[in-house]
Amino acid sequence: MSESAASTAKKRPEFRNIDFPSLLGYRWPLASLASGMHRVSGAIMFFLMPFIIWMFDTSISSEISFLKFKAAFNVGMLGLPGFMWKLVALGLIWAALHHFIAGLRHLWMDTHHEHVTKDFGRQTAAIVIALTLTLTAVLGAKLFGLY
Amino acid sequence: MSVNYGSHRTVVGAHYGMRDWLSQRVTAVILALFTLVVIGHLIFVKGPIGYELWAGIFATQWMKVLTFVVIVSMLVHVWVGMRNIFMDYVKPYAFRFVMHVFAIVWLVGCTGWAIQVLWRL
Repeated sequence: MSESAASTAKKRPEFRNIDFPSLLGYRWPLASLASGMHRVSGAIMFFLMPFIIWMFDTSISSEISFLKFKAAFNVGMLGLPGFMWKLVALGLIWAALHHFIAGLRHLWMDTHHEHVTKDFGRQTAAIVIALTLTLTAVLGAKLFGLY
Repeated sequence: MSVNYGSHRTVVGAHYGMRDWLSQRVTAVILALFTLVVIGHLIFVKGPIGYELWAGIFATQWMKVLTFVVIVSMLVHVWVGMRNIFMDYVKPYAFRFVMHVFAIVWLVGCTGWAIQVLWRL
């Protein structure tokens, strides 16, 4: 092997192991952003799962618990004011919407390999991100009583 | 010796590969359909959504059974997803093992709670 070939090979970046710090150094084109946010939204729902089940429990168990459910968002709970809980709910709304819509995109790509191109990936990722943010804004405005 | 390349490569095994991949997709479809059913119930309602209407959605036996299937699907779906995340980003194996155990405990606990809420209605 010539010396120049060896030095060129040395300069090439290697991505053998993805770890958390290397995530920060990546370029994030839209397709990888949609995919990364799919993971982040899933992880958010995983860690907030007890809160999600608490909402299911209190909203559905009885009329009285339903009032408790509403009071958490209107008055507050555990020393946190109501709008803080609404912000948590808004985060969950974004996570659920993104996970759902980006998930449909992934399922489509799994079953329709012939459609998968670089352009298709970028365009559908843009649609996923934009649609998610729009719906989050609409539902968020409702949550905070803007209409 | 098992082949680990080409079309005859080994893609199945204990908790590995095709089975997890497929079960994540199948449960994803179940979760998506359930989401559409619930949203469908809510979207065609006029006026404010109160307790009666909300609890009424889950009152029928078929909806309870469907919700039960969804809770179990979620257990499987979230396990595969979180395991993927831990396997990709958590490198010290000891810490990854701890996270796997934590995820199992967390998910089994949440699943039990959700099923309790559902069947006492």
